[in-house]
Amino acid sequence: MASALINVPPRAKRGEIVEIKTLISHVMETGFRRTQVGAVIPRNIIRRFVCSYNGAEVFSADLHPAISANPFIVFSTIATESGTLAFEWTGDNGFSVKETAAITVE
Amino acid sequence: MERRAFLKIAGGVAAGLGLTGIVSVKPARATPAEMQEAIRAVVGAARITPGKVKLELPPLIENGNAVPLTVTVDSPMTEAEHVRVVHVFTEKNPQPYVVSFHLGPRAGRARVSTRMRLADSQNVVAVCQLSDGSLWSDSAAVVVTLAACLEDGI
Repeated sequence: MASALINVPPRAKRGEIVEIKTLISHVMETGFRRTQVGAVIPRNIIRRFVCSYNGAEVFSADLHPAISANPFIVFSTIATESGTLAFEWTGDNGFSVKETAAITVE
Repeated sequence: MERRAFLKIAGGVAAGLGLTGIVSVKPARATPAEMQEAIRAVVGAARITPGKVKLELPPLIENGNAVPLTVTVDSPMTEAEHVRVVHVFTEKNPQPYVVSFHLGPRAGRARVSTRMRLADSQNVVAVCQLSDGSLWSDSAAVVVTLAACLEDGI
């Protein structure tokens, strides 16, 4: 079972730029490696990451095999209003993980 | 034939076979020209100007499996003028296209970080597209001691 770690400041001032760090457990198998008997290990990666702030998309990323195992992504957004940040990772073999984090804006 | 001479020849043949064996199983690598093609396939034929973008990578990496990278773009990030997308490419990884980050005015600051794999010592290029459609780039040379993608799976 995949698990995600998300670091969002719980409270922020209106208009402040907050830094968001995300880490998700995933092998990110490239599809270029072989087993010891020579068979290609099929690709298994996360292809897309999206962050929405109260339903509006504020950041997204397209990932490729050159991203390390357990993808770690740091980005920022402006704290506009209290609410939830929703994170979604989707990838090969029907991989899909959704997480949310609450933020209070003063 | 003397035993000694035979062993010399046999050893030479074995070494030769071993060497060609290694060369033939070397993983496919992209080239700088392929990276340029990949960049063009993603951003189109528009002119790319060096500047505005800052790609930060450690100059020397011990482990190519997790190389921290940070891309910063000099932009006010307002509704009128912001960074639309940041792409990262490599010269010698099996696939040159690494990642695309889609930003917007709500990012507040044009700065993103992640960790990537590097298959060899090479140049890494970041290309960004601003809201007016202009393209800017920066590159960084990295020396990798232990390359990614070479270890075998289970």
